[in-house]
Amino acid sequence: RAPDPTTVQTKSKPRLLLMGQRSESLFLESTARIQKDSLSSFMEFDVWDFPGQIDIFDNPNLTFDMDAIFGEIGALIWVIDAQDDYLESVARLNSTIFHLYRSYPHINIEVFIHKVDGLSDDYRLDIQRDITIHIQDELSDQGVENAPVNFHLTSIYNHSIFEAFSKVIQKLIPRLGQLEAMLTNLCRTCRFEKAYLFDVNTKIYIATDSTPEDMASYEICSDFVDVIIDFTEVYGSWPRSKRWKERLEGEPWCQPLEDQVACEWAESGMVLADAQRPIMLRQVDRSLALVAIMKEGSYDKMPQINMNVDVVVKGLTEFFEITKPNQTVVGAASGMVSPGLGQG
Amino acid sequence: QLKKVKKQKVLLMGKSGSGKSSMRSIIFSNYLARDTRRLGATIDIDLSHVKFLGNLTLNLWDCGGQEAFMENYLSQQRAHVFSNVGVLIYVFDIESRDVERDLATYVNIVSALVQYSRDARLFVLIHKMDLIQPMLREDVFDQRAALVRRKTAEAEAVMRKHLQQQQQQQQQQQQPPPQSQPSPSPTPEPSIHLQLFATSIWDQSLYKAWASIIHDLVPNLSVIETQLASLGAAIDADEILLFERTSFLVVSRWTSREGERNPYGDRFERMSNILKSWKHTCSKYTGTPRNAEQFSDFEYKMGATFSMFATKFTTNTYILVCMPPGEARFNSAKLNVAAARSWFKFLDGPVVQAQQP
Ligand SMILES: Nc1nc2c(ncn2[C@@H]2O[C@H](COP(=O)(O)OP(=O)(O)OP(=O)(O)O)[C@@H](O)[C@H]2O)c(=O)[nH]1
Ligand SMILES: Nc1nc2c(ncn2[C@@H]2O[C@H](COP(=O)(O)OP(=O)(O)O)[C@@H](O)[C@H]2O)c(=O)[nH]1
Ligand SMILES: [Mg+2]
Repeated sequence: RAPDPTTVQTKSKPRLLLMGQRSESLFLESTARIQKDSLSSFMEFDVWDFPGQIDIFDNPNLTFDMDAIFGEIGALIWVIDAQDDYLESVARLNSTIFHLYRSYPHINIEVFIHKVDGLSDDYRLDIQRDITIHIQDELSDQGVENAPVNFHLTSIYNHSIFEAFSKVIQKLIPRLGQLEAMLTNLCRTCRFEKAYLFDVNTKIYIATDSTPEDMASYEICSDFVDVIIDFTEVYGSWPRSKRWKERLEGEPWCQPLEDQVACEWAESGMVLADAQRPIMLRQVDRSLALVAIMKEGSYDKMPQINMNVDVVVKGLTEFFEITKPNQTVVGAASGMVSPGLGQG
Repeated sequence: QLKKVKKQKVLLMGKSGSGKSSMRSIIFSNYLARDTRRLGATIDIDLSHVKFLGNLTLNLWDCGGQEAFMENYLSQQRAHVFSNVGVLIYVFDIESRDVERDLATYVNIVSALVQYSRDARLFVLIHKMDLIQPMLREDVFDQRAALVRRKTAEAEAVMRKHLQQQQQQQQQQQQPPPQSQPSPSPTPEPSIHLQLFATSIWDQSLYKAWASIIHDLVPNLSVIETQLASLGAAIDADEILLFERTSFLVVSRWTSREGERNPYGDRFERMSNILKSWKHTCSKYTGTPRNAEQFSDFEYKMGATFSMFATKFTTNTYILVCMPPGEARFNSAKLNVAAARSWFKFLDGPVVQAQQP
């Protein structure tokens, strides 16, 4: 079934297209038809989920409006099951790339070699090499050179799938370099080990500083966001009574609660016991949070650090006000979404 | 006056594969739920001494559930196993097909318990509830719970009658028979302290059950509760939870009137679950053992909605405070909680106290 062309979104929305052998737990519910969803996050994405069994280029019963599907696409994510016989999927990927490349050369093709848990490191690399060769050989036979194909080894049993999505999305962010520079700068002035800018709803990171990638840091920061979300749900999602508020704003404080706090949004810190290494979180707006791992023993310097963080948060807010032309929040995508932190 | 060290014998029983060792490993050894797939069947009795707070030691008897072992507990080892029991935790696997037989074994165990430890508390866990469709869980549990209650009452009545007759026989040999006592007819409600829980290692229900089990064993509970209440009032908190530091079970808690309006009735076990999985994340990150202390301090201010902090409190406990927003309020609460540590020193027990100058 072709997507209804009237729902094709405006230019401001990059689109992710999921294809290939998918597993239901990967991202969205397994579907028998094209499913369109919006991720309500820092910038709006459309996620079009394609049923794995449909071959859009070779199906006489179905007609597709190619422009509607691929016209404004940001990235095509092709999922290959590494625990299965993947050659057929690779062949279909090749034919997809071949069909797309001429008309839509700007599309990033992101291959997720999925379910690599349980496979040895060597074997994973073997598979990746094997798949790469298959794709390159076949494409160059067809006269396609240097197609923008990237590979990611993923599994739902660790954070690799989120990392892969993070990288895919980062390529679609305008002026990513500027964001990264802000974070790198923050790390230097505050002596942070690593800083991430998270989309709270999806646990995808939109940017990080320039120090090398580090899965372990990403995992602990991402889990920290989860802890904050859970606490927020339990203690922050129900309305307090009027009496409670009146008492807290009365004598001796005589101030509205909003003026009694330093931050409008979530602000948190946790000191790890091993080396007294703190992790800090600061919410930037409804959907973004800055999370950083700090150097040992730096919790005492928190007031100073907070001042620097304030400045960066302000910079980030301005950055996203420019990049975000229309702010209507569309229904969230199923699957990866958990409640955001809510409003401060 | 504060009580001294207390040892509690805790029996963990139930059919083989019902999930006893899994629960024990998750609660007391910080296993992840999925790690329990690697556990082998327990051979005979696996004894462990869990230091729970400074002045309470749990002697945990994890009794392998294979039939040969069960028979042995009921015959040769009967007195050894069932004497001086503080708590019996009996685990039913909800997936088990042979319910009749499971219940028959259960009746025998309860009889032995009543015979040797008539004041023991009995906790029955209807376990692996994750395997039941969420919509059916409540009904399935209620049905099974009713059945277990009835069986418990029957077993108890039969055993008490039996014991009485034995006693009478002994007395008859020595002196003239006393006035005949009214023989107890099987009551539908057991008189032994019995509590039932639906549990699964895959969600927080496990923490709810185990927090109840240990709750009544904690020495000086009323002192703790009184102190928490005065602390809560002094710092204007909405909720205070006191966790044991290894298991992260809620030992005691206090909630303000406003806090009582919180619609999340399962929040205590949820907090245990959240903090415990956070400990796993930390342990993976830092490379330190799972049972090691993983964090010392946590603060969270949610704008003008609420604030909270969790911190190492006494040697054996963590405290979590949830309170109204406001910087000044928050800072003074933290200071007050730090100062209140000394009121709770008794939680660390006589050993620690003796070490202090
Ligand atoms: N689905 C599900 N499986 C569980 C649960 N609890 C335990 N299991 C599984 O049940 C199996 C048996 O668990 P054990 O803890 O070894 O059982 P046990 O009661 O100690 O058995 P014995 O030592 O032979 O008496 C393990 O593979 C666990 O992973 C649960 O709540 N849900
Ligand atoms: N080992 C492993 N299994 C996975 C992973 N991701 C998904 N699965 C499993 O794959 C199954 C769903 O796959 P599938 O039928 O291929 O989904 P579909 O392609 O959307 O129809 C489920 O049983 C998942 O648990 C992974 O990363 N590793
Ligand atoms: Mg066992």
